[in-house]
Amino acid sequence: MPVPVLRSVALLAAVLHAAPGQAQPERGVPDTLAQRVAACTSCHGSPSAPPPTTGPRYYPRIAGKPAGYLYNQLQNFRAGRRQFPLMTYMTEHLSDDYLREIATYFSTQHLPAPVLARASLPADQLERGRELVTRGDAALKVPACVACHGQRLTGALPAIPGLLGLPRDYINAQFGAWRNGTRHANAPDCMATIAGRLSLADVAAVSGWLASEPLPDDADPAADVAHPMPLACGSAPERP
Amino acid sequence: MKRIVLWSAGLLVLAALAGILLAWPRAEFIPARSPEAWAATPANIARGAYLARAGDCMACHTARGGTPYAGGRALATPFGTLYAPNITPDGKTGIGAWTADDFWHALHNGTAPGGRLLYPAFPYTNTTKVTRADADALYAWLRSLAPVRQANLPHALRFPYDRQIVLAGWRLLYFKPGVYAPQPARGADWNRGAYLVEGLGHCAACHSPRNGLGATDARLAGGLIPTSGWYAPALDADDEAGLRHWEQAHIVQLLRTGVAPRGAVFGPMAEVVNQSLQYLTDADAGAMAVYLQSLPAAPAPRHAASAPDDVMKTGRQLYAHHCADCHGADGRGARIAGNPAYPPLAGNGALTMPDPVNAIRIVLNGGFPPATRGNPRPFGMPPYSPQLDDAEVAAVVTYVRNSWGNAAPAVTAPEVNRWRAVPLD
Repeated sequence: MPVPVLRSVALLAAVLHAAPGQAQPERGVPDTLAQRVAACTSCHGSPSAPPPTTGPRYYPRIAGKPAGYLYNQLQNFRAGRRQFPLMTYMTEHLSDDYLREIATYFSTQHLPAPVLARASLPADQLERGRELVTRGDAALKVPACVACHGQRLTGALPAIPGLLGLPRDYINAQFGAWRNGTRHANAPDCMATIAGRLSLADVAAVSGWLASEPLPDDADPAADVAHPMPLACGSAPERP
Repeated sequence: MKRIVLWSAGLLVLAALAGILLAWPRAEFIPARSPEAWAATPANIARGAYLARAGDCMACHTARGGTPYAGGRALATPFGTLYAPNITPDGKTGIGAWTADDFWHALHNGTAPGGRLLYPAFPYTNTTKVTRADADALYAWLRSLAPVRQANLPHALRFPYDRQIVLAGWRLLYFKPGVYAPQPARGADWNRGAYLVEGLGHCAACHSPRNGLGATDARLAGGLIPTSGWYAPALDADDEAGLRHWEQAHIVQLLRTGVAPRGAVFGPMAEVVNQSLQYLTDADAGAMAVYLQSLPAAPAPRHAASAPDDVMKTGRQLYAHHCADCHGADGRGARIAGNPAYPPLAGNGALTMPDPVNAIRIVLNGGFPPATRGNPRPFGMPPYSPQLDDAEVAAVVTYVRNSWGNAAPAVTAPEVNRWRAVPLD
């Protein structure tokens, strides 16, 4: 083929390549899970864009919670056992594998602890909250939160969530949902049982105390808790 | 005089009743080729399972978190709520006592054993096109499921829609049983595509407008799904979801993976891809593409687009802050290793349809395309309902509808507000 023809073919090819719609190099985005789950971090925060540490908040902290817990919750939203329409909408067309990968990703994240204002609860109610969390109430058959959620309340592997760093409104809403039967877990649903044994005043005391307790710098969940646990939990079954 | 009027009215009513009775149950029977057609052979069961995927039977016959095909999902309609029944082979609560002929009558004639007329929320206006052989394979597969004892919930329809006589009248107007008749001039692919789209796929259930009595027509001219608040775009209009100018490979990619270079599925279509279309063979998805591309083009309405400057300015700022990282300042989207990551907004018909509901809801709700075998780890979009107020959503939607060559009417804050509170489920 004569050279001028080749040259014009090359030129034509270059022109076609630069035609509108195909012209500019394709824009890429990082091939990271962080990029893929930007839909989650816009509410739950990421290291580069942590949620606001002050002011009213509702969305729970998910960074650093045990992967088993997060995976159970994603599945619960998808199956309608937990009801928060936006979360069901987010999860309903995602696979078990992808949800597990997302749960594992967030379990390894560390976000700065929120700055907490002490709850404006009277001292006696705060004390009642501290008592329920740390010792429980034998008369009500309510075990101490620390018995399952860890002595430092940072949760326990593989599937028990930490309770610190959560907004008070979020904690109250969960107790309300358990009592109203709109939040479920795999049976036996231990938290629904406990929520049913607490008065609203006790719920307010517990949430007030938990939400005003600082999250430790090292917020890793405990490797395990003492067994047998006070109640059987379908989400964190006793190992045989 | 008065007596004559009364008599004529009475006669008219009688004639109408006689017509309905004559047409009851408006059935057509085609026998099975042989009992082997629905025998529990691995080949029949596998073919039936594939066809059930193609028909997305699961979508309605499974409640959220429930056992597949055991029914219970509520289908809200303008006439009341219907509850999809249990179609597992349980003898008491499912269809365990049905014969292959019973199943054929349901699919083809829209009748249950005993002659009860079924409600067309079960899309028998489409499944009537399914061949007897395919119906028998579906029956063989349904029989192979584990029986689940789960009682059906009674429908909650308003009077008079709960009357069989009214349903019989509806069928007289809008239903005629008939298996798909191939058009020899069109070729095998086209006919296979038409069979899937018009038959099992029941695309018209969403993509056709419904009249006041809930009937669709055969065209895929788009319509607002009244109770879920999503607009199913026209598949025959280039400025909506018409596919005539798409590469066929991209249509197949969209149907089978949920994402393609020119767009991604969202809302109810994400469910369809997730539970149904991703399981189609390349050949079947290709056949559907051939058929959809052949739909006669609907005339494109030219809307005079004029967006107020101040709204566009606000929209541009919001877009730069919230959207440009993923969709690009030029609205061309982003790809990853050659595969679609974020869809382009420039030239994307999903945004510029006259009814802005989908564009508004995408911004409010965000969401993920389905995790499919071809796209197992989709990129998600944040929901902006917690971050942006109605006027801000209106501004950014107006901006994307009127940038990079897009042109569509501006959106107002009250329109956004209307869709903010629509249930997502």
